[in-house]
Amino acid sequence: MTASISDAPVRRTLVVNASVEDAFEVFTDEIDTWWPRSHHIGRTDMTRIAIEGRPNGRCFTQHTDGSEYDWGRVLVWEPPGHLVLAWQVTHGWAHQPDLSKCSEIEVHFLSLGRETTRVELEHRFFDRAGIGGDAMRAAVDAPNGWNKVLGQYSDHITTSHGGQLA
Amino acid sequence: MPTYQEKCLDALGDPTRREVLKLLRGGPRPVADIAREFPISRPAISQHLKVLKDAGLVTDSADGTRRIYELNAEAFVSLRGYFEDFWTVALSGFKKRAEARQPKRRKSA
Repeated sequence: MTASISDAPVRRTLVVNASVEDAFEVFTDEIDTWWPRSHHIGRTDMTRIAIEGRPNGRCFTQHTDGSEYDWGRVLVWEPPGHLVLAWQVTHGWAHQPDLSKCSEIEVHFLSLGRETTRVELEHRFFDRAGIGGDAMRAAVDAPNGWNKVLGQYSDHITTSHGGQLA
Repeated sequence: MPTYQEKCLDALGDPTRREVLKLLRGGPRPVADIAREFPISRPAISQHLKVLKDAGLVTDSADGTRRIYELNAEAFVSLRGYFEDFWTVALSGFKKRAEARQPKRRKSA
């Protein structure tokens, strides 16, 4: 495991049979409809996840005990084509207030036709958050474990995830 | 047939095994030392170590008559690895929802 490999951005490209406006809105306004429920930094079950659709908007989850946890911040808000979020989560799965220690998620939505959109997602700057021992801690300490996330593989669409950006 | 990664995640699914891994963060340890830290039997600890070893999370070596366990640094997926998995799952959910929205839109258009 070398630093350069570990730090390389994660890239995903997929083609969605939806307009660019719909794709952007589902990704942002309707994130609650698709975000894996097991993936949050709260202490109790998640009831809702939301992104505030504006520059510097909060990305947060709400929980069964009434608490809210911020997991991100809108850095670029250019609907319907471009979105950048800071990922404000520490290795201990807590809120990271220092944006200089956050990785970033950039998403481009490119219209290929009325009902076809290419979505290019890049999650980068893992080096800001540290790797190696810290990453291991992330794996071991994950509050929801990895089994739940992996379990959802059973119904994942395989056809749309082959292509990665160069 | 479980993949290597699934094995790894199953191994991490048990709280005692996660505690063992945390302990081994501090460096290699003989089995007896590890067992002393837990309120369960030595054979039970050995069983947990076996699962961790099978999953590639720890390696063992002989030191005289003792077996020394240590973390297999290579096995620990980086934060990047975590998100490789995460985005694959999350975006498949996103795609389904985005495409499911279409009929509703067309009807109201």
